[in-house]
Amino acid sequence: MNLNEEVEILKGVPLFAKMEPAKLKLLAFTGERMTFGTGQEVCHQGDPGDAMYVILGGVANVLIDTPKGPLQVAQLKKNGFFGETAILCDAPRNATIAASESLLTLKISKDMFYRLVTEFPSMAIEMMRELAHRVEDANQKLREATAANKAA
Amino acid sequence: MQRNLFSYIWRYSRPEQIVILILVVFAQVFYFLSLSVPKSIVNNGISGNAFKDQALIQWGAIDFSFPAFLGGFHVHLFDGFTVDQLTYLVAMSFVFLAAVVVNGQFRKSINTQKGRMGERMLRRLRYELYDRILRFPPAHFRKVKQAELATMVKDEVEPLGGFIGDAFVQPMFLGGQALTAIIFIMMQNWLLGIIVIVLLAVQMSIIPRLRKPVLVLGRQRQISARQLAGRIAETADGVHEIHIHGAANYERADIAERLGVIFKIRFDLYQKKFVAKFWNNILSQATPFAIYLVGGYFAITGHMDVGAVVGVLLAYKDLPSPIKELIDWDQQRQDVQIKYEQVIDQFQPEGMMPPELQALPDGPPPPLGKELALAGVVVSEDGRVKQLDSLSLTLPLNRRVAVIGGAGSGKDVLAQVLARQTLPASGSIRIDGKDFFQLPEYVIGARLAYVGQDTYLFPLSVRDNLLFGLKLRPVAPATYDEATRALRETFWKESVRAGNPAFDPNADWVDYELAGATGPADLLPCMVRVLKQVDLDEDIYTLGLRGTVDATRRPDLAEKILKARHTLHEHLQDGTYAGLVEPFNSDHYNKNLSVAENLLFGTALGKQFDGDNLAADPYVMSVLQKTGLDVDLQRMGLSIAETMVELFSGLSPDNPLFEQYSFISADELPNVRLLLQRLGGKGADAVPEADRARLMTLPLRYIEARHRLGLIDAEMEDRILAARRAFAAKLPEPLRGSVEFYDFERYNSAATLQDNILFGRLIYGQAQADVRVGTLISEVLAELGLRDSVIEVGLDYNVGVAGKRLPATQRQKLGIARALIKRPQFLVVNEAVAVFDGRTQDRIRDHILASSDGRGVVWIASRPGQAEPFDQIVVMQGGRIAMQGAKADLEARGGLYAELMASA
Repeated sequence: MNLNEEVEILKGVPLFAKMEPAKLKLLAFTGERMTFGTGQEVCHQGDPGDAMYVILGGVANVLIDTPKGPLQVAQLKKNGFFGETAILCDAPRNATIAASESLLTLKISKDMFYRLVTEFPSMAIEMMRELAHRVEDANQKLREATAANKAA
Repeated sequence: MQRNLFSYIWRYSRPEQIVILILVVFAQVFYFLSLSVPKSIVNNGISGNAFKDQALIQWGAIDFSFPAFLGGFHVHLFDGFTVDQLTYLVAMSFVFLAAVVVNGQFRKSINTQKGRMGERMLRRLRYELYDRILRFPPAHFRKVKQAELATMVKDEVEPLGGFIGDAFVQPMFLGGQALTAIIFIMMQNWLLGIIVIVLLAVQMSIIPRLRKPVLVLGRQRQISARQLAGRIAETADGVHEIHIHGAANYERADIAERLGVIFKIRFDLYQKKFVAKFWNNILSQATPFAIYLVGGYFAITGHMDVGAVVGVLLAYKDLPSPIKELIDWDQQRQDVQIKYEQVIDQFQPEGMMPPELQALPDGPPPPLGKELALAGVVVSEDGRVKQLDSLSLTLPLNRRVAVIGGAGSGKDVLAQVLARQTLPASGSIRIDGKDFFQLPEYVIGARLAYVGQDTYLFPLSVRDNLLFGLKLRPVAPATYDEATRALRETFWKESVRAGNPAFDPNADWVDYELAGATGPADLLPCMVRVLKQVDLDEDIYTLGLRGTVDATRRPDLAEKILKARHTLHEHLQDGTYAGLVEPFNSDHYNKNLSVAENLLFGTALGKQFDGDNLAADPYVMSVLQKTGLDVDLQRMGLSIAETMVELFSGLSPDNPLFEQYSFISADELPNVRLLLQRLGGKGADAVPEADRARLMTLPLRYIEARHRLGLIDAEMEDRILAARRAFAAKLPEPLRGSVEFYDFERYNSAATLQDNILFGRLIYGQAQADVRVGTLISEVLAELGLRDSVIEVGLDYNVGVAGKRLPATQRQKLGIARALIKRPQFLVVNEAVAVFDGRTQDRIRDHILASSDGRGVVWIASRPGQAEPFDQIVVMQGGRIAMQGAKADLEARGGLYAELMASA
């Protein structure tokens, strides 16, 4: 895959939707592409985080450690991103991400991430929107779970 | 050491001085001859005085007449030849020539001997000073600066070498000359003679006095220069602190102040020197003044004839120069005497170790003994604060003892005393009844090991540092061929003449037995075992993978590594490793190599083809032009330039992205943009000639798999491959040594072991590729039994000055390994594991205990908790032993032990 094709994919990622093509190209050029084989872990729950990932192709499983072993809680598809929490609040990874099929990602290091966010506020807004969705989603699930508990 | 330089010189160079003196006396005969023969040539040979009465004379007769008091015998040995005037002239001219030659030979011989003697004495003095440094009491090094020691041994004794040759000969020789002249004057007129003597005496007593301040200043100059050297070394040592604290200008102030003082001393020196010179001249002219005045008066009054006065004046003409030189010699004598005293004063601190304790052992070192007994041991830094306060302790040397206590409890001082690093002020330490401090150093070196909190490593290889503690004596002489052997013998003879020991650093000094090996062949497993004990084996293995091996020196290892390469590539065929490595294949373009690497297809040796030099090489250029690749490269360069301008234009020049990713530096970018604007989209053909060369270098670093600008398609790959083949095929002979081509069946001496095994590049963007391939390489090496061989290569890694090329923890581990490898009978570990994390600390402690095997260990614990597995625990407080016993006893008693344990 060459740079221009990658830029085409990046244009489709909502996170980068409002960025100029030239900047997207810079992002593609300086970011590191990482391919993961089926089952390979991108990051492990509890490890320190140093980068976020944008999925350019393939599917990733989100796994959480439970006393009974890892539990799959979600799946991430093309255009999804993960790992931003760990670099935003210097926290350990809150989940394990593993490739469910051959997975192509763009790895954005911590330094690069902050540089991008300061230079492209649109990216920050997009990321806020996504995070808000996730909080809303989690609240929804919590309400459902509480209701289910009361019913039982 | 003698305080008087003269007795020192006389003691060690007496025979040589006497030989030189005799030579000087003999040389006078020929000197005299070379002066008197010309007179005969002029008088008889040319003017013909001797041939006035007869045409032929006897020449060359050998007669001796004994003086009357010896009997007045006359011995006639040879009649000589009958010669005419011309033959006489020729013969005498040749005699003159011979006298000059012989005189010259004498001079040469005398000067050579003087020089050799001086250099020998200098060598002896320097060695003796260095020898003393090795015998200084350890505490002395807290007071002296290393740079000052170095300056003294190196620079300050240097002038002594030049003086030593003249120390005795010069005054004898000059004194003789002066005496002759004075006697001659006395014979002419005793009164004038006395006047001359009195004036000379005045001169010789006043001038040295004038020079006294010069000498004092000289001494100050020497000391201040030495201190300057010390300060400069301090600046280098503390340079990080200077920067961190922003104290550069304070340091500048200090140095400027010192330089000012030195300037003042030196300038005073000049002034005083010229004052002395002025008076010297005046006084030396006072004598002719007196001769004119008094001699003239005598001549006028008729007490002396004019001829005698002129004679005295002539005789006096020969007097000033030897007198002046004598005075100069005296000045030099005082100068070097002061320098000598200055230096040796610094080299005789109290408490120096007697030389016998450092004697070279003539056999394997004896065991240490059974029990170490400390009785009433007191250690105090300045006589007031007692770090150890009448401490008594019995340590059987087969017991494992831990010492715990808070900061200031004296536990670390105890460890230093046990390692003879600190001398007690009073009390006794005995080992089986013998004085511990009187044991020879080699016994301590072989049987006792000490590791402190910071380890000093020498700037040698890991191996040399590891084996440092085994080098107590040469165990096997070095093998030399016949010719080298003879050279070495002469070398050692000279060493002995200069009082140096005839040790051979090339001999094998490693005491294999101490390490538990029988010889060099089975030392490696011992080293690996010790490295494992301190958790250092993995690090050295990694260093080994990054190291290189010369195939001509280790063909066996190169062979095995080649085998590992084959095995690895078999494994890489396996599906689990697919897509991780792109092997080097001479028939394929390697997308994970840069264009330059693809062209060269080998490891550059030296600078010729290295990095950007490749494009500057005329041969490379000719290949590119012939294959037409130069135009392709220009086109690619233009494309890269366009992309770079597009990507990086908006960024500020100090953005780190430039450095990391751009092919064009921030400074260059505006020029490139200008160039592109001028081109206005026209192709590479429109690029001005001057810019083409630069444009061509851009794609050299371009890696298709990484940069992905899509510049290299299948057709371009073929073109580059063609250039690669053309480059290799026609490579001129002189350049063959500049590149080692990739060849699957050949070991590459220029590449690291890892690159040799991998023989390819990791493919970009494959997650964990480096870890997975690294593990695979380890597995392959383990499978082939090559792990230790790789460690062996790692052992050649040079640790740098003070070991700074190793991280602090590895330095410390190597320091512990150095102590462990000699399997010491008594090991003192003084908080040496404090820099490691808790788990590593305990692991290393357990390894040491497990391998102690009936040998004694004293463990100064940085955390009380570490003391748990030891046979005996000593609890210290305020320089005394608060309590001691087995763990169970102490637990039962509680008290300080319980407190310390609770705080851990």
